[in-house]
Amino acid sequence: MGRVAFEHVTKQFGDVTAVDDLTLDVEDREFLVLLGPSGCGKTTALRLLAGLEDPTDGTITIGERVVNDVAALDRDIAMVFQSYALYPHMTVRRNIEFPLRSRKVPEAERRELVSQAVATLGLAGLEDRRPAQLSGGQRQRVALARAIVRRPQVFLMDEPLSNLDATLRVQTRAELVELQRRLETTVVYVTHDQVEAMTMANRIAILDQGVLQQVGAPHDVYARPANLFVARFIGSPPMNTVTGTVAAGDDGDDASADPVVRVSGGRFELTAEQAKLLHDQGLVEVVVGVRPEHTELGPDGSVDAVVAVVELLGHEQHVICRLEDGGLVIARQADDRTPPDIGTPVRLAAEPARLHLFDPRSGRRIEG
Amino acid sequence: MPPSPTERPDRQLRRARARRARRSRPAFLRYLVLTVLALVVLFPIYVAVVGSLLVPDQLVHRPPALFPTDPQWGSYSEAWSAGHFSRYLVNSAIVTLTITAGQVITSILAGFAFAMLEFPFKRTIFVVFLATMMVPFEVTIVTNLTTISQGIGPLHFDWHDTYRGLTVPFLATGFGAFMLRQAFLQIPRDLRDAATVDGYGNLKFMALVAVPLVRPTIAALSVFSFLGAWNQYLWPLLVTDDDRLRTVQIGLKQLRSTALDEINVTLAGTILAAAPLVVLLILFQKQLIRGLTAGAVKG
Amino acid sequence: MTARRPTSRRAQRRREAALGYVLVAPALVVFAIFVFYPFAKNFELALYRNPPFPHLPRRYVGLDQAVDVLTSADFRESVWTTVVFAILSVPAGIFLGLALAVAAHRRLRGIGIYRTIFASTVTSSVAVASVIFGTLFNPVIGWIPALGFNPRPPVLENPDWALPAVALVSVWQNIGLSFIIMSAGLQAIPDELLEAAEIDGARPWRRFWRVTVPLMSPTIYFTIVVGSIFAFQAFGQIDLLTPSNQKLLGTNVLTYYIFSNLRERQDPGTAAVLAIALFAITLLLTLTQMRLLERRVHYAA
Repeated sequence: MGRVAFEHVTKQFGDVTAVDDLTLDVEDREFLVLLGPSGCGKTTALRLLAGLEDPTDGTITIGERVVNDVAALDRDIAMVFQSYALYPHMTVRRNIEFPLRSRKVPEAERRELVSQAVATLGLAGLEDRRPAQLSGGQRQRVALARAIVRRPQVFLMDEPLSNLDATLRVQTRAELVELQRRLETTVVYVTHDQVEAMTMANRIAILDQGVLQQVGAPHDVYARPANLFVARFIGSPPMNTVTGTVAAGDDGDDASADPVVRVSGGRFELTAEQAKLLHDQGLVEVVVGVRPEHTELGPDGSVDAVVAVVELLGHEQHVICRLEDGGLVIARQADDRTPPDIGTPVRLAAEPARLHLFDPRSGRRIEG
Repeated sequence: MPPSPTERPDRQLRRARARRARRSRPAFLRYLVLTVLALVVLFPIYVAVVGSLLVPDQLVHRPPALFPTDPQWGSYSEAWSAGHFSRYLVNSAIVTLTITAGQVITSILAGFAFAMLEFPFKRTIFVVFLATMMVPFEVTIVTNLTTISQGIGPLHFDWHDTYRGLTVPFLATGFGAFMLRQAFLQIPRDLRDAATVDGYGNLKFMALVAVPLVRPTIAALSVFSFLGAWNQYLWPLLVTDDDRLRTVQIGLKQLRSTALDEINVTLAGTILAAAPLVVLLILFQKQLIRGLTAGAVKG
Repeated sequence: MTARRPTSRRAQRRREAALGYVLVAPALVVFAIFVFYPFAKNFELALYRNPPFPHLPRRYVGLDQAVDVLTSADFRESVWTTVVFAILSVPAGIFLGLALAVAAHRRLRGIGIYRTIFASTVTSSVAVASVIFGTLFNPVIGWIPALGFNPRPPVLENPDWALPAVALVSVWQNIGLSFIIMSAGLQAIPDELLEAAEIDGARPWRRFWRVTVPLMSPTIYFTIVVGSIFAFQAFGQIDLLTPSNQKLLGTNVLTYYIFSNLRERQDPGTAAVLAIALFAITLLLTLTQMRLLERRVHYAA
């Protein structure tokens, strides 16, 4: 079975804690993405899985057995490196069959496995070339072929797409997902690109400074980020976050009784449940998050702002507005609307149901 | 130079101007200078070649003949057989190849260990290797001579007048280990990881991946070692008395003293002694330069 | 998949360390026996005086022998000879190597042949160079006397000219190596710097001193240090060109002095003292050069 598990795994390099008490399960045949900014520990976690590093603490399980003391070559894993790590002095064929030779696979079987791998990755005709004679995309496929040739239980991939140009990246993304489905293997995939994570993963595990922030399906992570870090990391353009104070709605110019969050330049309306939640937690200050696609510009808005920058992307517009206290808020709108001029005062609005509330001290999401 | 109409510090513009400037000065002048210099540098070798082909009484002419009108190739065969140069060349070849192989192999092994493996006191041992480059040869000859003739500690052996005596002290070099370490360090870490995941331990990695990747450095070290070993003088002089073991450098000394009247034979000997290296130079100029400049130029 | 017993990580690390030691062992053994042991033993040898007859026992004299040797006139003269030899051969070798490198640093057709010729002296050993020049200096058949330079006594038997002649052989022999190193140094300088100087209209001589030499200073510095070390170890030329009467002829450099004590006088004690002196002088010289010259070297910005 291709199950993988981290149990309270910690890795320290001297004084630096790269991975901090990580507990994470990966299901058999799952495509799990480890996502986070540079230095968050995702690559270290992958290397711990591969056996290229030893954990300072904790247990790592692959399949049914604990592999802490098992050498890399016996873990039944294969790895694709960011730089591909192809052996420059060997032909494509030699590169692909290299993992088989070390395990003394007989020649006939080797040839068969290699040609299967070549066929699967569409490398026919290139077997006798050296890596230097291949394009970036071809090299990447050779790296993949070398990984699949042994039919391991688990594939580990370390940012394999980052060296490809944009168009090739999109195409290869789809191919990778399809490949995984066809081979029915487990994939643990590391990246800092949240678009890759969102489009490829069954589940995303987000890490920051060695600590696991949240694990969940892409949609869950997007719609219900567990904390401010995840909220700001996932989604492009990033979620707008504004700090404000909770208040009852009956002071000020509006006589409405609905609870609000007072922010610079106005207020956001809350539902009664939201207000109760905040009250129960004893929170007076709260961070309000709302995604740009849920931020409306209109006369019915409740927050004053001034248009700072307008970005026209062709299929939509990003209107970046500056609040009274200098903070920036981005609103996405369809491109058939007339883009406002810079300097125009506008009013921002957001439906309470679309608001995300976060504890300003811990960053954690506030929910029932 | 008049300022260009557009004041842009355009690289291409400058290059074009330089090219024009160069072309206007006669290339002929440059070739002349180069040729004169080349002739001066080659003069001694030329004299040796000419001298080896002259009839003995032509040599005594004043001024000496510039061109052999009647080339006497006999001097070469004389140097070869009566002068024992055939044997000397074989000895030099055996000694040099042994020393070169020894230095290359020990340097590869040690260089790999320093670059790729972890073991206690690694840093200290590396410093020890480097220190050997500081100790000059003279300080070691006195004792080495004794060691070679008598053995060391409980081991008694007499390697005076043997190939072992000529080669064993030189089978390792700190410089070579340094060069190979630097070369192995250039191998990307990813490659080592990939080989680990592919199932290859250290030795297999060294043999199948690391060594093939540092071939240019190995070639450079080989040429460097070969050159040094072939041209050794003081040590072979001290260690061998038997004519059968003489290397070609000491053979030259021998030839000169016994063939005092036959200058042409002596000169033929020098050409024979230098010829293998000239061939090497022509074939492996690039590697040679790489080996010699390994320490001199940064980057 | 082949069924393999998984290996423990600790065992792996132990194996790696063991392998490390195994790999450095061959070289270390050679060094221990033929470099470090002799180096240490040398100090011991220096403390014993050896009798004129080799099979009689030696006497422990402590530092007396060292004092005697180092204060002797022969020693002083030998050091002086070595220094003069270095002064005669090192700067000339560097200058010529640099000049040739500059001359050959052009994109001309066929320049490769010239470069090979300039590098070719690297193939001549000490013996080859010395024997050939011995012929060139020969008063009867040599070219140099024929061209007019014919002192009495002949060069190689002349106390005034023997050392310069030997130095000349050294210079010629080193031209190839010097050229190769200087060429490499020149190639490391970006073309634009040299071209800019050319376009700025500076005349070649001025260009050479104001631009090329400063830019080449790291390489020149390296060559001075290494060249001096080699000059102090010169031996073969002396042995072949002035095989006798070195003291009279003024060619008794330190290395030869050590050799004659070893081979001819069978006096390892004196030889050991001299070897240590040579080592110390070389070390001192190198350190002095490094201190003095490092400041004046411009490393690439």
